[in-house]
Amino acid sequence: MTAGPIKAVAIGASAGGVQALLQILPALPATYPLSVLVVVHVPPDRENALVPLLGGKCRVAVKEAEDKEPVRPGVVYFAPSDYHLLVEADGSLSLSSDELVNLSRPSIDVLLESAADAFGPALVGVVLTGANDDGARGLRAIADAGGQAVVEDPASAYAATMPAAALQACPKAKVMTLETMTSYLLQLGAA
Amino acid sequence: MRDGVEDLEIQLLLEALYQRYHYDFRRYARASTKRRLLLARDRLGFDSVSMMQAGLLHDPALLPRLLDFLTVQVSEMFRDPSYFRALREQVLPHLRTYPSLKVWVAGCSNGEELYSLAILFREEGLDQRTLFYATDINPSALQAAEAGVYPLDQVRKFTQNHQKSGGKSSLSEYYTADYGRAAFDKTLRSRVVFSDHSLVTDAVFAEMHLISCRNVLIYFDRALQDRAIGLFRDSLARKGFLGLGSKENLRFSSHAAAFSDFVREEKIYQRRES
Repeated sequence: MTAGPIKAVAIGASAGGVQALLQILPALPATYPLSVLVVVHVPPDRENALVPLLGGKCRVAVKEAEDKEPVRPGVVYFAPSDYHLLVEADGSLSLSSDELVNLSRPSIDVLLESAADAFGPALVGVVLTGANDDGARGLRAIADAGGQAVVEDPASAYAATMPAAALQACPKAKVMTLETMTSYLLQLGAA
Repeated sequence: MRDGVEDLEIQLLLEALYQRYHYDFRRYARASTKRRLLLARDRLGFDSVSMMQAGLLHDPALLPRLLDFLTVQVSEMFRDPSYFRALREQVLPHLRTYPSLKVWVAGCSNGEELYSLAILFREEGLDQRTLFYATDINPSALQAAEAGVYPLDQVRKFTQNHQKSGGKSSLSEYYTADYGRAAFDKTLRSRVVFSDHSLVTDAVFAEMHLISCRNVLIYFDRALQDRAIGLFRDSLARKGFLGLGSKENLRFSSHAAAFSDFVREEKIYQRRES
C-alpha cells in the first residue's frame, strides 16, 4: 500500500483530555492543511464547553461537528455531547444517537472506526489520556486500514489506562509524549 | 486491509432487504448503518454480512430481528427537557386556539416521545381535543409503543426530565410500577393511532398541527432528509409546527423557505402561511 498524503487526524481523549488538547491544538497554525476530528468524553447533560474554550486559544478554526457537513482542511471538529460522531465515505460527518459504546456517547471507537473506513491510509489516529479503554478497537482499525496510529505515552499521561489499552490492541502504534506528538502533527501539516 | 468487500456486502444486503421485503435503508447514512449491521452480524451469529443476507432472503423470521438492529433508537421520556418546556410555554398557547388538533410523532420507536407529549397535552388540558399519530417502520417498536411499559430504572431519569420540562404533575400519576417495570396509564393512548409509516416511501396521510420528529433525520442522507422534510411541509396545516432533534435543522433543505424559525434554539419551526 502506498503511503499517500495524510488528510485527517482523529483524536480521542477522556480523563485529563482537555489539558492535553490545550497543549496540542493551540500549536497548530491557522493554515493547517489537515482536518482534525475530536471526541472527548463529556457528561451528556452538559453543553459542550470545549468549543468556546479551545476556540479562544487556537489559531485553527474550532467548531462543533454538524450532521452531514463536509469535512474541511484546517478545521477542528468536536463531537457534540450525547451524540456519536461518524465520518461517511464521501468525507461528510454524521451524528447518531445510537446506544452508548464503551459506556460513552460520543464514543472514540465510533469515530475512529468510521474514520478508518472513510480515510484509510490518509488518516492519523491518536488516543490520549483516559481512564477506560474506549478508542482501542478504533485505533486498531485505523492501523489495519493502513493509517498511522499514535498513543500518548502512558508513562507521562494524566491517566494511563486508555493509551495503554490502545497500545495493547495496536502494538505498532507510535508512543509519544504530548511535546513529540505536537511536533509530529506540525510536521504532517508541513509535508 | 481495506478491500471494500464488506462495504459491497452491506450494499447488497440493503438491496436484498428492499427487493424482498420493501424496507428501504439504501439511503440511510451509511456509517451508522454499517455499525448496526456489523453488530447484527455478530449478535445473530453470522460469519459474514453475505451469510446474513442469505439467511434473510430465505428465512422471513430473521427480518424482525434484523429490523430491531437497524431501527431501534434509544430514547427517554422528556429527552431534552428544554424542548418540552418550549412546546409547553410557546407552542401550546397557539395550539390552544384550535377546536381540534392532530399531532404526529414520526419515528416513534418505543413510544417515549409519544407518552411525553400525551402527558404534556393532558397537563395543559388539550388531550381531549387532540388526536395523536405515532408511526414507525418497525412493527415490534410499534407494539412496544402501544404497550407503554418501560424498565423502572429508566423512570428515575424520565421523572427528572419531566420536572425540568416544567411538568405540572408528578410523573408517578401516570404509571403503575410492578416487577421492576412501569406500565403507563392506558388512557394516555386512548386517542392515539399507532401505524406503520415510512418517511422514505410513504405519503401524507393527515393534516397536522404539530409534528415531532427528533433524532430520526440524522440517520438519513441529505436526499432522504429532504424527502422527509418535504413530507412534513405537505402534512402541516398553515402555521403548524415542526420539532426536530437538537442537532438537526432545515438549513440545507430545499424546503427551508416553507418554514420560519419559531424557537430557534430548540429547533422548533413553523410552517409559513403560503
